[in-house]
Amino acid sequence: MALKYEEVIVKYEPALGLEVHVELGTASKMFCGCNTVFGAAANTQTCPVCLGLPGALPVVNGKAIEYTIAIGLALNCSIAPYSRFARKNYFYPDMPKNFQTSQYDEPICTNGYLDITIDTDEGSKDFRIEIERVHMEEDTGKSLHMGGEAGRIHGADYSLLDYNRAGIPLVEIVTKVVNGCGKYAPEVARAYVSELRDILRGLGVSDVKMEQGSLRCDANVSLRLIGSEKLGTRSETKNVNSLKSVERAIRSEMIRHAELLNSNQRVIQETRHFHEDTGLTTSGRSKEQAEDYRYFPEPDLVPIAPSKELIAKIASTLPEKPSVRRKKLQEAWQVPDKEMAAMINADVLDLVEATVKLGADPTRARSWWLGEIARIANEKSVAAADLAISAADVAEVIALIVKGELTDKLARQVVEALINGEGSVAKIIETRGIKVVSDDSSLMAAIERAIAAAPDVAQKVRGGNIPASGALIGAVMKESKGQADAAKVRDLLLKHLGQG
Amino acid sequence: MINKSAVEMAEALNKGEITSVELTKAHLNQISEVDGQVHAFLHVDTQGALDQASQVDAKRSAGEKLSALAGVPLALKDVLVQKGIPTTCGSKMLEGWRPPYDSTVVRKLKENGIVILGKTNMDEFAMGSSTENSAYGPTKNPWDLTRIPGGSGGGSSASLASFQAPLAIGTDTGGSIRQPAAVTGTVGVKPTYGGVSRYGLVAFSSSLDQAGPCARTVLDAAYLHEAIAGHDPLDSTSINASVPAVVAAAKNGNIKGMKIGVIKELQGDGYQAGVLKLFNESLDILASLGAEIVEVSCKYFDYALAAYYLIAPSECSSNLARFDAMRYGIRSGQGSAEEVMNATRQIGFGREVKRRIILGTYALSSGYYDAYYGSAQKVRTLISRDFESAFKLADVLVSPTAPTTAFKIGEKSNDPIAMYLNDIATIPTNLAGIGGMSLPSGLAAEDGLPAGFQIMAPAMKDDLMYKVGAALEAKLNTKWQGPILNSAPKLGAK
Repeated sequence: MALKYEEVIVKYEPALGLEVHVELGTASKMFCGCNTVFGAAANTQTCPVCLGLPGALPVVNGKAIEYTIAIGLALNCSIAPYSRFARKNYFYPDMPKNFQTSQYDEPICTNGYLDITIDTDEGSKDFRIEIERVHMEEDTGKSLHMGGEAGRIHGADYSLLDYNRAGIPLVEIVTKVVNGCGKYAPEVARAYVSELRDILRGLGVSDVKMEQGSLRCDANVSLRLIGSEKLGTRSETKNVNSLKSVERAIRSEMIRHAELLNSNQRVIQETRHFHEDTGLTTSGRSKEQAEDYRYFPEPDLVPIAPSKELIAKIASTLPEKPSVRRKKLQEAWQVPDKEMAAMINADVLDLVEATVKLGADPTRARSWWLGEIARIANEKSVAAADLAISAADVAEVIALIVKGELTDKLARQVVEALINGEGSVAKIIETRGIKVVSDDSSLMAAIERAIAAAPDVAQKVRGGNIPASGALIGAVMKESKGQADAAKVRDLLLKHLGQG
Repeated sequence: MINKSAVEMAEALNKGEITSVELTKAHLNQISEVDGQVHAFLHVDTQGALDQASQVDAKRSAGEKLSALAGVPLALKDVLVQKGIPTTCGSKMLEGWRPPYDSTVVRKLKENGIVILGKTNMDEFAMGSSTENSAYGPTKNPWDLTRIPGGSGGGSSASLASFQAPLAIGTDTGGSIRQPAAVTGTVGVKPTYGGVSRYGLVAFSSSLDQAGPCARTVLDAAYLHEAIAGHDPLDSTSINASVPAVVAAAKNGNIKGMKIGVIKELQGDGYQAGVLKLFNESLDILASLGAEIVEVSCKYFDYALAAYYLIAPSECSSNLARFDAMRYGIRSGQGSAEEVMNATRQIGFGREVKRRIILGTYALSSGYYDAYYGSAQKVRTLISRDFESAFKLADVLVSPTAPTTAFKIGEKSNDPIAMYLNDIATIPTNLAGIGGMSLPSGLAAEDGLPAGFQIMAPAMKDDLMYKVGAALEAKLNTKWQGPILNSAPKLGAK
């Protein structure tokens, strides 16, 4: 019988270590001029350098360095006046040179921190996550293993290699050991990745799409008995592709470790893979025999020595921190904490802000993104931002509602059509023939027909039974196929029956 | 015409006495006459060379302004990639590979209208001092076909010494341009590290490799040096500064008042008597030309060979990891990717390459890094300091290029240390990243074979060695009544 999470946390204290890889959104690769567009046909974005052809040499992408410095500064790190690339040597077919150009003992950014807040039953709680280092490296290519056990190189009949990703600039952000989260460890990890993602997005250095792998999180988890000083053996979980998965994967690993420890078994130091469907992890590569990467300074590159002026220039252009920005928005919009947290959790804050900027009322903007749109996104299991509806669309819809040209009900139809990709707001209204019927004479005719069809109900209303008017209003709305403005129908009807 | 210098050939082309096509054909003809005996070339690009030559001729007839060496043929060491032309690095591993791009050196050669005849033989991946480590068989020394032409660039030096090409490109990681020049009676220059782009030079040891000119005269080498040198944004280690005026220096040759430092540690034990005698005679000539000869000591040079044989193998173990049968080159074996990589590297690499990969892998291993690679880098710094101190006492430094004349093919194949010792005088400059030149000092009394005189200059002062080299060469040619290669045995029709 699986252990309950509550049983784990009364006995054990978790320690976390989070390694986040971010693909930088530079136009070209880390060490060559190749394009970095996601989803291009296999091996079309390659050159002698990123294919590791004999004789080819790397040249550092200056933009990638600036982006990394910006990340370091945003995470309160020290920027090294002198840092170097190193070669990490190991053989793998999707790595063209059979070494990865990375940073080892001389990373560009060190010793920072990121403050996060989580919302709990005991109120909001603050945590400081200390950052050990931020360093640059290049991504590998992609292997597609065909046949055999799904997606694994062992037992595959053959593998396909795509080097488009090889050499894409990656930044790795590594935390120090995160202690003291107790039962909140999974939420803290999620909030950390979420906050980090917002910072990176704010900096404009990456599109931070976890599903596409432009932001990837490896979660190291270990448990020790509460009160014990010595850290337990850790596992490293990969393949954690959403914020929700960060939380689930850590919770699942904590339970798995606790079950092993409770039955006097050893936790094996290994890489584990998280599975979205089961919420569980499975064993990957054992790290017990530590692989020897034979790091040494990359002789093909010169040291990175950013000038003080460059660092100051980057620092002066940093956007405000997401936490500051959120506080400002909350005040401007007069939103309660819970609602604010809901927008952050649903990841629609940016969308609401953009919609408001286009002239929409904050309350209406929020209720559309958090309500109807979030519901559809949830149904489709995608992020609201990835739906085929933009802030401009929502702002337009809201403007039409305010003008009385759409009812809430009609607006929902427009929103659904937008998400289905039926075109612009104007086009949808036109092709679907959506329009609010507000012409008094045609409404009156419909009201007359409804009264004629149900004289007894009309009589009740005349007699002062206002709620009974609902049936008549309903009939009018039905006849107009929902295009009538219900409030207006009500007004006209009651006036007509002497109750206005 | 093929016995002339490149500068003389260029003059003849300029005066219209000969066309580039004729000159190229003459060399292609010499290749078919003698290369069966010498084996300097791995690939002769007859059509490509003739096409290039006729383009230069057309431009010349059209009155276009051409660069100094336009239309003169050249032999290219097979470690530099040339688009569409087989590049093997003397290894079985790359058999059949045709690179899809030009190295920067090749691009510059083409821009200068220099006609590329083909690719020359070399020790596999430039690892060796005799060209015996080529997977395609050894190159023979034109002075004595039973002897080695030096290495790793033995093909380039032998092509010059047998008049198959007036110019060649070599690469020098520990002496691979200079030692072959020394033992074949030719001139070879390793420019300052970063002076010539390494883009497209298949790396052996990235922090030591440097391409440079090979020729039969100091002035020819200077012209070729200026053609291939200069900053290249594709090579991060390329120096962003103007190319030293080496042609002007080679034409000047006035060394009056220059201080020439003799390195105490690079003579004595292990050096052939005849080689030392020629070296001292050269010093006398330099003194007679008004230079001041001083003795300097570089006490850490004793550790240079050891440091070199940790740094070079370490870098090579990583540089050669890419040869894994996944993307280019030969492929062997069946089964998993790992099995194919293993099987291919097993048969694709020769013994010396494997020896160095294993050495380097060991030296970089966790727990050994500090003791081996780390210490070697410290020695490297100390050697650089030795040079800095020595250059405070002298403008250039000199030594014999190699301790001996050419040894017999097979003589040292089973004794790697003896083979490595051949580079004892050339390795320090690579470790310090400075320039070095070798030019003939004469024929050793014992065996009648050529010996080399080495000149070393501070970083980016390559012009100084050309000045001294040109001065010495002029005096020696007068003494010998012509270039030393005039005394080489005639090859060809048996």
